[in-house]
Amino acid sequence: MTLKVLYFAWLRERIGVPREEVDTAAATVGGLIEELRAREERYALAFSDLKALRVALDQELADFDAPLDGVREVAFFPPMTGG
Amino acid sequence: MAVRVQQEPFDYGAECAAFAKAASRAGAGAVVTFCGVVRDLPGGGMQRMEIEHYPGMTERALGDIEAQARARWALDAVAIIHRHGPMAPGEMIMMVATGSAHRADAFAAAEFLMDYLKSRAPFWKKEIGAQGAEWVAAKEDDERALDRW
Repeated sequence: MTLKVLYFAWLRERIGVPREEVDTAAATVGGLIEELRAREERYALAFSDLKALRVALDQELADFDAPLDGVREVAFFPPMTGG
Repeated sequence: MAVRVQQEPFDYGAECAAFAKAASRAGAGAVVTFCGVVRDLPGGGMQRMEIEHYPGMTERALGDIEAQARARWALDAVAIIHRHGPMAPGEMIMMVATGSAHRADAFAAAEFLMDYLKSRAPFWKKEIGAQGAEWVAAKEDDERALDRW
């Protein structure tokens, strides 16, 4: 399946693009992260510490073990600092 | 009332006055307003703050936070304004306003909105100073603040 993957804040800076289309066979967010890490050094570095990251599936916060079934948009970002 | 996400500055005084009027018409006798302002770095030298957000999710998350507040307290009016983009020290970043029959609900709901905005709305602050630029790190206290609700 093809997912729209978005990156924000320092994650976006480290990976170098704000969004991209990703073809994946991953069943979960964790599986997708493994695929991204294996791509290139910049992804491996960006995803080296999952405690420092959050994920949203179709614009709702989710867990790293959440399934990707039916999901169209995945966003990765650091903990939010609004207010 | 409403949730607004915008780049341009807002007039806090005018927003508060308009909100108080609208809340009063809706039956409120107590209005609480809060605004967050860009502050200087501890040693000075702050040039600007840049706030990035996730268009689409931001509006959803803020709407959800507002709905939660309305479900928990007897609110006659709620407003949230949050800016993104570049802003200078002293500029207003965001505001929340709550209106209720009595002040206890208005105060509690405003605090709740702020606690949730801090760590559940997809905004990221970057501070640009004389020494360079740095993303603001989320505080553990902000996460813990949600536990009390």
